[in-house]
Amino acid sequence: MRIAIIDESAARASVIQEGLAAVADCELFVVTERRGLVARIGEIAPDIVLMDLGNPSRDVLEEYFAVSRAVARPIAMFVDESDDESIAASIEAGVSAYVVDGLAAHRIRPLLDLAVRRFNAFSRLQTDLADARGRLAERETIDKAKRILMNTRGLPEHEAYAEMRNHAMQSGKRIADIAEAVVTAQSLLGGTR
Amino acid sequence: MSQELTIGFLPLVDACLPILAREHGFAEEEGVSLRFVRDMTWATVLDRLLYGYSDAAHMVAPLAIATTLGRGRPAQPLSVPFVLGLNGNAITMAPELAARVAVTGGLGDPAVIGAALAIEARRRAEIGRPLRFGVVHRYSSHSYVLRYWLASSGIRPDRDVEITTVAPPFCADALETGEVDAICVGEPWNSVAVERGAGQIALVTAQIWRRGVEKVLALREPVLNDRRDATEALIRAMRKAGAHFVDPANLETNAAILARPEYLDGDARLIQRAISDRLLLSRGGQVVHYPDFMFQYREAANFPWVSQAEWLYTQMVRWDDVVFDPENAQRAARVFRPDVYRSALLGTGDVLPGASSKVEGSVGQRTAVTTQQGSMTLESNRFFDGMVFDPTDLRGYLARLP
Repeated sequence: MRIAIIDESAARASVIQEGLAAVADCELFVVTERRGLVARIGEIAPDIVLMDLGNPSRDVLEEYFAVSRAVARPIAMFVDESDDESIAASIEAGVSAYVVDGLAAHRIRPLLDLAVRRFNAFSRLQTDLADARGRLAERETIDKAKRILMNTRGLPEHEAYAEMRNHAMQSGKRIADIAEAVVTAQSLLGGTR
Repeated sequence: MSQELTIGFLPLVDACLPILAREHGFAEEEGVSLRFVRDMTWATVLDRLLYGYSDAAHMVAPLAIATTLGRGRPAQPLSVPFVLGLNGNAITMAPELAARVAVTGGLGDPAVIGAALAIEARRRAEIGRPLRFGVVHRYSSHSYVLRYWLASSGIRPDRDVEITTVAPPFCADALETGEVDAICVGEPWNSVAVERGAGQIALVTAQIWRRGVEKVLALREPVLNDRRDATEALIRAMRKAGAHFVDPANLETNAAILARPEYLDGDARLIQRAISDRLLLSRGGQVVHYPDFMFQYREAANFPWVSQAEWLYTQMVRWDDVVFDPENAQRAARVFRPDVYRSALLGTGDVLPGASSKVEGSVGQRTAVTTQQGSMTLESNRFFDGMVFDPTDLRGYLARLP
């Protein structure tokens, strides 16, 4: 089976590709470029097309499938209502699938499930990454605030930290918010950031 | 206890009514709380609607009918109890094409530009580079109004010229790279192309059909039945939003709301221009005021006239190359639900037309019409070629079309 993965996010496309690479009897094609998309799909002549739901080229691709005589006409996977659960999972994950008519459902279902899992794995990665970045930024702010307190009030490091923590507990705020306030105040009062 | 409705939309200015119904508190006033899901393609808006991720959707009118009739996918009956607006699209040409067929300093006459375009289309076909037009979707009003204009100008769509789908955000790109010679798209995308010098606005669709149906609010038929009260509340809220939207005093506020990242995520200046019926036709030129470029409120603009659904069906027959089928014509007609619109607004003092269907294109001057409630005067609703659409004779109309 020839499977085209269309995704403007090259990172996500490779996560999907990696996931499907293990499937026997599959040839994978990744398309991340919007320009020339339709011509590329014509060349690939895929049996299955996987595309992220947010892809701005979906209408363009569906139009091509509807009018083109060059490729066997893939139809939207969502139209197979026999499998609402699988459709719900696809939409939740943000992936759409187009399948050449006549391809047996039992061959498609595992592929789609796999794609959905990879899409979900990718969003988890993104969330983790965003969290990690956020935590890193907070860490830096807290360090900066600590240095400000050490310099201006002559406190040792652990006391500077304890000071902020106590303040956070008393005011019901997060320590990162207190640190942010310290840094902002310092910069407003003319100190260096 | 407030009921919740989730509405899918594309970032286009004519998604304004449900957005403003929420932002100005009209929806809450009517006891319905709105949530929005923004997407980038009609395919995704439709998927979310069909599989229950949204309750209602901002949708190009022909797509609601195509979905009901199973064009391109298995049939799923949709219902349209409210028209979100008429017209609001423009035809923007790449500068080289505009220089050959359009006029400078204003919007030209669609018949005159059409005649010049017919000559240019032949020339381009002869040198093996046929003209290409971009529309936003196969089943869009843009596609049907563009095709109507071309055909009436003696140009055969899909034969003399090519028509292809281009996603709205990439219309300016497509003009710039020469992928298409002209686009028919809603705002703010024409203005974006003009600002970049990628195109010149040659015509607005309101010149082709003065009162052409554009976006609708579509629901799955069973959802409309289940959520009837909430839908009627939403209709009342959107009529209030419409009155607010067309009041010039609110232009700036409304443009600023629509421009926000969660809605259109666009340039408030361009949005304000469009919603005040103003267009910068070419870069460095004058801003032109074309009244009723967008049409969101007056003359019961939101009333789902059955005749408009039937007109859309005739165009589907015409361009999808399918045989006219009276049963399908009826199914298409039933997509538009004036009964729901009436029931929502009965007793509110808002205007309700007397009839649910009308002869499209027949009104040439201000005409007072009978109503069920309130008073209403219709202005011109002409097609540029003077043809008239009589919904009691669909076959006859199809036979008369070029």
